[in-house]
Amino acid sequence: MNLTLKVWRQSGPSDAGRMVTYRVEDVSPDMSFLEMLDVLNERLIVEGDEPIAFDHDCREGICGMCGMVINGVAHGEQRATTTCQLHMRHFEDGATITIEPWRAAPFPVVKDLVVDRSAFDRIIQAGGFVSVPAGSAPDAHSVPVRKEDADDAFDAATCIGCGACVAACPNGSASLFTAAKITHLGLLPQGQPERLSRAKAMVDQMDAEGFGGCTNTGECTAVCPKGIPLDAIAQMNSDYLKANAK
Amino acid sequence: MAVTGAVMVLFLVAHMIGNLKIFLGHDSFNEYAHALRTLGEPILPYRTLLTITEIVLVASVGLHMWAAISLSRRAAHARPVKYVAKKSQAGGYTTHIMRWGGVTIVLFVIYHLLDLTFGVVNPKGFDSEPADRMVAGFDPSRWWVTLIYAVAVVMVGLHLRHGIWSAFQTLGWAKRNRYHVLRVTAAAVSVVLVLGFLAPPLAITFGVVK
Repeated sequence: MNLTLKVWRQSGPSDAGRMVTYRVEDVSPDMSFLEMLDVLNERLIVEGDEPIAFDHDCREGICGMCGMVINGVAHGEQRATTTCQLHMRHFEDGATITIEPWRAAPFPVVKDLVVDRSAFDRIIQAGGFVSVPAGSAPDAHSVPVRKEDADDAFDAATCIGCGACVAACPNGSASLFTAAKITHLGLLPQGQPERLSRAKAMVDQMDAEGFGGCTNTGECTAVCPKGIPLDAIAQMNSDYLKANAK
Repeated sequence: MAVTGAVMVLFLVAHMIGNLKIFLGHDSFNEYAHALRTLGEPILPYRTLLTITEIVLVASVGLHMWAAISLSRRAAHARPVKYVAKKSQAGGYTTHIMRWGGVTIVLFVIYHLLDLTFGVVNPKGFDSEPADRMVAGFDPSRWWVTLIYAVAVVMVGLHLRHGIWSAFQTLGWAKRNRYHVLRVTAAAVSVVLVLGFLAPPLAITFGVVK
């Protein structure tokens, strides 16, 4: 496959940045998107150019490090897929692909496609934990949990914190991420004591970071590589309203 | 947005039912308009409940706009650098016209009040029976007025299709297994309101109601 890439290049946080066009030839359809970028970077290094900086770690879709907006869609148009698990067979030969970093004020660009997602860490620090000694894995059935709650908590817990929800949201809101963490902990017995104070602390921190507000467009859940459902946000709103009513 | 929106949706339902009285004749419509003013009498003075309703509605419109403007401002601050390419994945046409749709509706409401409430831009003027203002306002010779109303009412319907569903989500009453019911309900309420509001002006313009 031969491709034309239009990639966002920005040498550092203070650089204005611009789109740069590259030709990539002999791309195998079996390559992942990141491997395709590796091939381009090897060539750039040989030619004495600066390679394109992008975040990645596990490359098996579970760490949440990789993430870029591909042709206007966070993680590309393949549903429920991280960028590292997106393969080139989903693109047409001769296609032009636009690659941009996550765009949000709380996610400043570090370099090229790398953004600083520390804002997510601070939201977690505000309340994404349980203070009870959870110990080692408990025996099955020692603490009964409703099957529906266990399923919903598990669905929410699959969030890898990649930030695609923020990137896709027209409001730049981090509601799906924050809601996933609140739902995950709030539905389980260990998370009950801090359920409402957690919701308030995490939502307030999310707002303080400069993320936008949720208008229920559903863009987040559509691009989420883990398919976190939109009703996590309803759960967050419910807990937040109860916390403020107290 | 959810609470003020709910107030306005309830008002729209009552407003639509009132409008449909024109099909029962001019007297029925005028009596209804008069009854709105004498509601609660003789326990309450003339126009008490109507004035309270007007105050609540104006406050709702104001707070709804304030919430919308602050959400827009926060969104603009949260994404100072725009995408070169951006493609919507949720497929919700109605979600993307909420803001400009809202602006359109506000402009329409101003025109609508000047037309049928204050009679400033109505051929019959202020000192006339409500039914006469309504019939004269949608006279076939003023077809463009009917067209403005039709466009605005459809815009309200699209606004509500997202708005009603979204309000349940905002208040935390939505659950995955209820999404389908909520969306269908939101669409159904929107369609009923659009048809109910379109019927009187169209009937007058096409001469069914004289």
